[in-house]
Amino acid sequence: MPKENKRIYTVSEITQGIKSLLEEKIGEIWLEGEISNFKAATSGHFYFSLKDNNALIAGAMFAYANKGLKFKIEDGLKVLCFGKIAVFAPRGQYQIIVEKIEPVGAGAQQLALEQLKKKLQAEGLFDLARKRALPAMPFHIGIVTSAAGAAVRDILQILQKGAGGVDLIIRSARVQGEGAYLEIAQAIEDLNAFGKVDLIIVSRGGGSSEDLWSFNEEIVARAIYNSKIPVVSAVGHQINTTLADLAADVYVETPSAAAKLIVDSKNILLAQLADRQHDLFFFIKNILADFENELTAFAHALKSPRDRLLEKQQQLDELFVNLQHQIRHTLQLSLERSSSLISRLSVLNPLAILGRGYSLSTLIKGETILKDFKQLKKGDLVKTILGRGAFISSVQEVIND
Amino acid sequence: MIKDKQNFEDDLKKLQKIVEELSSGSLSLADALKKYEDGIKLSQACSQTLSEAQRKVELLMKKDGKFSLEKFEKAQEEE
Repeated sequence: MPKENKRIYTVSEITQGIKSLLEEKIGEIWLEGEISNFKAATSGHFYFSLKDNNALIAGAMFAYANKGLKFKIEDGLKVLCFGKIAVFAPRGQYQIIVEKIEPVGAGAQQLALEQLKKKLQAEGLFDLARKRALPAMPFHIGIVTSAAGAAVRDILQILQKGAGGVDLIIRSARVQGEGAYLEIAQAIEDLNAFGKVDLIIVSRGGGSSEDLWSFNEEIVARAIYNSKIPVVSAVGHQINTTLADLAADVYVETPSAAAKLIVDSKNILLAQLADRQHDLFFFIKNILADFENELTAFAHALKSPRDRLLEKQQQLDELFVNLQHQIRHTLQLSLERSSSLISRLSVLNPLAILGRGYSLSTLIKGETILKDFKQLKKGDLVKTILGRGAFISSVQEVIND
Repeated sequence: MIKDKQNFEDDLKKLQKIVEELSSGSLSLADALKKYEDGIKLSQACSQTLSEAQRKVELLMKKDGKFSLEKFEKAQEEE
């Protein structure tokens, strides 16, 4: 085996050689392909393959680079990557270390938006259950928009006409261009920190979908979601709802519509108040009528005892007359009875018999009335009562008939 | 003078309660008349508050984390 003239490499040497060749010759590149075998490691690094019809290359996107990515990488997604070709020596494998990645093709931005929407939805940012009722009447409204913009003018105009009593506090923010979304989110937080508003309107006038893009930024949707004060989103004239719209408690299509919402609240309240006044009048009328009826009933009720009293009096009078009559009658009867009794008594008086020639004798001793000869013996003293006067005699002889 | 929002909503609630109490018909005449009077006063006050036309338009400014309010000038409207 001829060894001289032949350079013998170690594995490390040749790998190092290949590494230098690839990394220096190719270096940083833009690469387009379809994602497959996508895996997000717990470390936060992404590993995947990029392929087309005929070839495949391994790829890695480290956590520092994929942090804050606005869409989700998934298998089958066509992407454009920026990165550098590198060799992973321990495995003898070459791969692309991706620094930037974006979806490719029509609606790439739309895809990113759809994915963000799904993510926020899953988090509950758009839940209908958490939508708060707007205050019955917001007297202090905070507006997040450009102080120089058309939205402010539209809102002012409509409120001036329809709800002149509402105070407005404008927290100005750029509503388009680089970094506008940060200003919008900050302005929402500022109004919350300031606190003296019942409602926040986040608004801008109409524009292209690029102009309105700030309202699709995650940070804006989150600022709206996190607002302690109810938020109305009013981002102009577009067909698709923005994420700001979805996160808001209420959304309308234009700044004017937001202002009209306030005017409507006012008019509805005025109508309700008129109804309440009508109710008050209706009920008090009923109550007064009820009391009047009750009063009339009382008056009737009051009349009848007086009648009853008179009736009783009359009854009493009659009874009294009866009583007098009865008493007189009873007296009469008693008188008659007593006089007959008296005459009967006088007939029965034993002394009356004496007048007719009978006499009554008693023993002096003991005053016993004499009815039997056995009561006497010779020599007894006897008193004899006559019709008039009496005499005393002594017994000569007792005779047995 | 713009009424405080809390007052306004409280007044609305009070008014609603008075209407309910009157509709129940269980009040004495004196109470009913008092409630009616209170109710009318509340509804008039609320209507008046809604119809006020004194409005302030201000800009919220922040400097070193402190807030201040500035009068909003119409001249700032350009667009």
